[in-house]
Amino acid sequence: MSKFMTVMMHTYRSKIKSKPFLITTLITIGLLFVITNMNEITKMFGEDEASKIGVIDRTGDTLPALQTQLKQTSDDLKAEAFTKSESEAEKAVLDGKIEGILILDRDDSGIISGTYKAEDVTQQSLIADVELALQQIKNKSAAESIGLNQEQLAAIYSPVSFAKESLSDSAKSEEEAAQVYILVYVVLFFMYMAVMMYGSMIAVEVATEKSSRVMEILISSVSPVTQMFGKIFGIVLLALTQLALFVAGGFLAVKLNGQLSGSESIINELKLNEIPTSLIIYALVFFILGFFLYSTLFAMLGSLISRVEEVNNLMTPVVIVIVAAFMIAMFGRENPESGFVAAASYFPLFTPMLMLLRVGMLSLPVWEVALGISVLVGAIFLFAIIGARVYRGGVLMYGNAPSLKLFKQALLLSKQEKKNTTDI
Amino acid sequence: MLTINEVRKQFGSFTAVDGINLQIPRGEIFGLLGANGAGKTTTFRMILGLLTPSQGRITWNDKEISYETSDLIGYLPEERGLYPKLTVREQLIYLGQLRGMTRSQIQEQTDKWLKRFGAEEYLNKKVEALSKGNQQKIQFIAAVLHRPELLILDEPFSGLDPVNVELLKSAVHELKKEGTTIVFSSHRMEHVEELCQHLCIMHRGKSVVQGNLKEIKRSFGKKNVSVKADFDLTYLKDTAGVIKHRTTGDGIILQVEREEVAKDLFQAIQSKGFVRKFELEEPSLNDIFIEKVGVVHE
Repeated sequence: MSKFMTVMMHTYRSKIKSKPFLITTLITIGLLFVITNMNEITKMFGEDEASKIGVIDRTGDTLPALQTQLKQTSDDLKAEAFTKSESEAEKAVLDGKIEGILILDRDDSGIISGTYKAEDVTQQSLIADVELALQQIKNKSAAESIGLNQEQLAAIYSPVSFAKESLSDSAKSEEEAAQVYILVYVVLFFMYMAVMMYGSMIAVEVATEKSSRVMEILISSVSPVTQMFGKIFGIVLLALTQLALFVAGGFLAVKLNGQLSGSESIINELKLNEIPTSLIIYALVFFILGFFLYSTLFAMLGSLISRVEEVNNLMTPVVIVIVAAFMIAMFGRENPESGFVAAASYFPLFTPMLMLLRVGMLSLPVWEVALGISVLVGAIFLFAIIGARVYRGGVLMYGNAPSLKLFKQALLLSKQEKKNTTDI
Repeated sequence: MLTINEVRKQFGSFTAVDGINLQIPRGEIFGLLGANGAGKTTTFRMILGLLTPSQGRITWNDKEISYETSDLIGYLPEERGLYPKLTVREQLIYLGQLRGMTRSQIQEQTDKWLKRFGAEEYLNKKVEALSKGNQQKIQFIAAVLHRPELLILDEPFSGLDPVNVELLKSAVHELKKEGTTIVFSSHRMEHVEELCQHLCIMHRGKSVVQGNLKEIKRSFGKKNVSVKADFDLTYLKDTAGVIKHRTTGDGIILQVEREEVAKDLFQAIQSKGFVRKFELEEPSLNDIFIEKVGVVHE
């Protein structure tokens, strides 16, 4: 087994057995099951009880219309006539026999009005349903009173036909854009998670080896470059393992959801299966390249510090960069054609997210995507070269909080040590 | 044969090692002495290829030392360090593999060494649970596990109790017998005197004394005269040829310029009373060290 493989497998094995890894993986898969089966879970708690409201109908003839109207809009809300006095109705509400009490009135000009009383008025959706039903009844009676028939009424309320068509070839339909945005969002989210989790993992790993001083033995056996890349690949392997577990877990969860509800699975609802394969491939490519870029950055930064506690100081600026990418992506969703987004998408630390967004939202010419990928690959190489140098110098330096000065020192120290940097 | 030829190492404007020349034959134990900051660790790091000399060349059997040759070299750093969270076994497997060993080779050597150091019960313990002395034993095992041709020990005995020092010394002797070339640094002069045939005293990056231990002592010229008697001996310090003196519990140790001075001293005390001890001694390495480096060193 080559030394590169030894370092990679050692990193992979020791991390995959670690408790934090197992716990996060299990929790995330658990969450996936909960989210995909949310509708089933809520049904489990709330299906049996249809809400009942009592109606004191002072108009005399509105209740039947209300009941018909409610039947159409919501199947778990029933209106029943309440024949006793208002105070008794209020008591029934407080006792929990009915959800609320609706008092219907008609003023002198024949307009219907309603007052809804409940223990608290926080059940927004129920109240909205009732209000909507009442509104429609009012509209109908008002229309009838001025002599409009059903068809005329329908004509008034029918929505305007409004179609959008893009003339440019590069534009995509609105539906496509929405799907892309979901994908970009997922990649962005994973990116953020991955950088937070694995980035700090790499930095901590390097810092631990430095602070426990085992580093000196390590670099006397293996070149720092081999070591750095062995570590990065080990962590990438770990990340891919976790991602595979998530995908498998997610797939099972969706499958289970399909079996439970017996109809529309969440995939169909989000139309995820209609996302073009090419875009999924792009997403994977950008994710993996982006991950490499940030990992190299973290390995480099990790070699600059001498204590594990200092890792957090390093995380902050990187997290800010990712959050900035996130913000630009938000903005880019509304204005994918904007020059600012286009320019930002060539900044290597933003490329994985923003170029993906642009690929998805616009039909970019191939050269632009290729350029984006080249920029990314170039940046990875650049970071790797600088990282390897800093790493070489950095691992032998102790003391001092990380700073630009330290960075320069490490570079200087390793500049004189070029001899062995070539053998990975 | 380890050859260090006109090696200089500069960090910016600071010269850590300044023109060192050493030739260490196979199967030799070589001592590198020096105060803190003398350049010992920098020299070691250059031998290991961790640092590249600013000037000069270091070769092992006429080959440049690089990561190609790292499987032939064993290293016990001054700053001890192992993975605190790994067990002794996991640790040795990883470090052994990094030196190009197979698992079964590692297993065999680990068993052998743990047995030798009476530390078999620690095989599956985490390193952080071990005492400092035991951690050092494990660290030593990690350095010799792959049977290196060249073994570099930076302060191997510091922080060990006398029993463990003896244990380690006998291991070093045995490795030497098997043909391992050993370079080690120490603060403790008696260890160097006991183990080395050849040595080098470094001071501020330069080699101040270098060569065969006996020859160094002989060529030093100055000798010690140790006297114990029933009467006061302090007046001896004024004898011509006495450089300095040190009183002990019941006697005096005088450093003399030449052997002849001892004769004068002997005559001076002959008639004064009963002399319990009169001995002409070789200078100790400590005397030479202090003389050359000019500081009292512990």
